[in-house]
Amino acid sequence: MTDVTLNLAGTRSLRPLRQTLAVDAAAVIAIIGVSALLFVLFPGSLALLTRIVALMLLVLALDLVTGFAGVGTLGHAALFGAGAYAAGIGAARFGITDPLAMLGLGAAAGAAAGALSSVVILRAHGLGQLVLSIAVVQLAHEAANKFSAWTGGSDGLAGIVPARLFGLYRFDLWGRTSFMLAVAVLVVVFVALRVLVRSPFGMLCRAIRQDPVRVKAMGAPVYFTLVKMYIISGAVAGLGGALSTVATKVVALDSLSFNLSAEALVMLVLGGAGNLFGAMVGTLVFVWFEDLVSAINPFHWLTVVGLLLICVVLFAPRGLTGAVAGLWMSRVRGGRS
Amino acid sequence: MSLFAVKNLRKRFGGLLVTNDVSLSLEPGDRVALIGPNGAGKTTFVNLVTGHLLPDAGTVHLAGSDVTADSPRKRVSAGLVRSFQVTRLFPEMTPLEHVALALLQRQGKATSLVSDYRRMPGLLQEASDILGVLELSAIANLPVSVIAYGQQRLLEIALAMALRPRVLLLDEPAAGVSSSDTVLIEKALARLPPELSVLMIEHDMDFVFRFARRVVVLAAGAVIFDGSPREVAADTRVREAYLGSYADEHAGA
Repeated sequence: MTDVTLNLAGTRSLRPLRQTLAVDAAAVIAIIGVSALLFVLFPGSLALLTRIVALMLLVLALDLVTGFAGVGTLGHAALFGAGAYAAGIGAARFGITDPLAMLGLGAAAGAAAGALSSVVILRAHGLGQLVLSIAVVQLAHEAANKFSAWTGGSDGLAGIVPARLFGLYRFDLWGRTSFMLAVAVLVVVFVALRVLVRSPFGMLCRAIRQDPVRVKAMGAPVYFTLVKMYIISGAVAGLGGALSTVATKVVALDSLSFNLSAEALVMLVLGGAGNLFGAMVGTLVFVWFEDLVSAINPFHWLTVVGLLLICVVLFAPRGLTGAVAGLWMSRVRGGRS
Repeated sequence: MSLFAVKNLRKRFGGLLVTNDVSLSLEPGDRVALIGPNGAGKTTFVNLVTGHLLPDAGTVHLAGSDVTADSPRKRVSAGLVRSFQVTRLFPEMTPLEHVALALLQRQGKATSLVSDYRRMPGLLQEASDILGVLELSAIANLPVSVIAYGQQRLLEIALAMALRPRVLLLDEPAAGVSSSDTVLIEKALARLPPELSVLMIEHDMDFVFRFARRVVVLAAGAVIFDGSPREVAADTRVREAYLGSYADEHAGA
C-alpha cells in the first residue's frame, strides 16, 4: 500500500511509463535475439519459422479484436486470406512482384476485409457474433473456391515470383531472405501495436471490452471504435497473409479457412490474450509443438496437442504468458513482505 | 428558457403507462431529488432523459436545443451526464485510467491512435486533482476490482465530474453503501461545482433532505409533487402514494 501512495506522489505514472519503454526495448531485443538464434540453430527449418512469423501476425491481429476489444471471432482467417490472395493475385496476374508492394497490397486488402467483416460481425453479440464470424470466413472460402479463374480454386494460386527485396536480395531456396523480411516486419508491427495499445484508442478498446454501456455513458463511440480496431487488425492479418505468399510463392485455399481461424484462437488462448506477447508465444509454441509431435507420431499428434490445451486451460487460464506473469508477481510480492 | 426542460414526457410499455405526462425543469445550480415508491417509473424517466429509451410523446430540451431524438452519446457531449445505480466501471482499469479516459473523451482525444496519456502532464494533473478532491489518490493506481465498494461509488462521481457536465443525473449514488461511506459520498456531492444542475434519484430520505433544495415525487408514472423538502412530508398525496403502496403490499402478502 505504501508503495502505491509513494508512487502517486509527484512521480506518479512516470515510473510505469519508463518501465513499459524498457519492456518494449527488451521485447524487441528478445525477438531479434531469438530469431538470430533459431536462424543459426535450425538453418533447415527457415520455411517453418517464416510460417510461424506469418501466423504470429494473424494471432496478433486476433488479439487486437478479441484480447483488447473483446469481440469474439472464429473467422479471422478471412482477413489473413484476403491479404494472402491480394498479394498473390497482384503478383501472378498484374505483375506486382516487388515484395514490399505485395506486403502493402496484402495489408490494404486485409484492412478492407476487416472493415467489411466488422460490419457483419458487430451486428450481433456473444454467440450470435461467433456464428456470424464463422459465416464470414466460410463465405470468403466459398468465394475463393468459386472464382478459380482468379484464385486457382482448390488447386491453389501458383505462378507467384516475388522480385528481389530492395532489388538486391533474391528469395533463395533456403528461405533466408523470407525469414529476415518476416522478422523485420514482425518487429515493426510489434512496436506499432505496442504504441497503439497504450494510446487513448487502445485504452478505449479495453474499456469497451469491460463495459460498453459505461463507455457510451461517457459519450465515447463504441461501434466506430470497434470498426476502426477491426480495420487495423485486418491490416496486420493481411500483412501476415501477404508475408506467407511472398515466402511460399503459393496461396492455398486453407489460408481462408475456418480451421485456421479456430487454430489462431487456440494459439491466442494458449499464449494468453490481451498482452501481445501471448499471441507471439502461443503461436511459436503451438506450431512448433504441432510440427514436433506430428513428426514423432503422425497418427495421434492431435491427441497430444489437445492434451496440452486442456492442461493450459485448466492450470493456466490466462495462458502461458499469464502464468509466467502470475508467478513473477507472486515472487516479487513474496520477496517484499 | 430553463437549462434543462422535460415537457409532457410519455412512455407506454404495452398496456402500462410508465411515464405519464411528466414535466420537469432544472436551472443552473439546482439540487433536486427525484423520489417515489418502487415502480413509480424513476428508472424509465432516467432512460428517457438520457436517450436510452425513446419517448412516445413529449420533448427534452438541453440549454435551449431539442435533444429528444439525440443519441445518448450526443447528449453527453451536450452536457447531460448520468451515473449508474449499479456501479458500472472497468474492473481491470485503475481509477487514474478511468478519469484519464473521461478527460480524453471530453477533449475529443479518446480515439487518438498515438501518444500515451501518461505523457500528457496537463491531463495527468487534472485527473489527479479530481481524484484528490474525492480522496481517491491513495488507490489511483490499483485495479478497480480490488478497491472498496464505497470508493467505486466515489469513482462514479469522479467520472461524472471529469466530463464537466451542465446537468448531472445521479441514479442512487449511495445505493448499497454503508452509512459510514454515505458520509463520504455526501461530502463529495457537496463539492460539486455550484453552477452545476443536479438531479438525484435516492431512497435514503435523510440523505435527500440534507442534499436537496427541491423534491419531485413520482408515483405511478406521474409527478404528484414538486416543491421544497419541508412541504413534502406534509403533502397528503405523497403520503398516500407511499402508504398506499405499503398497504397494498401487506394486503397482497
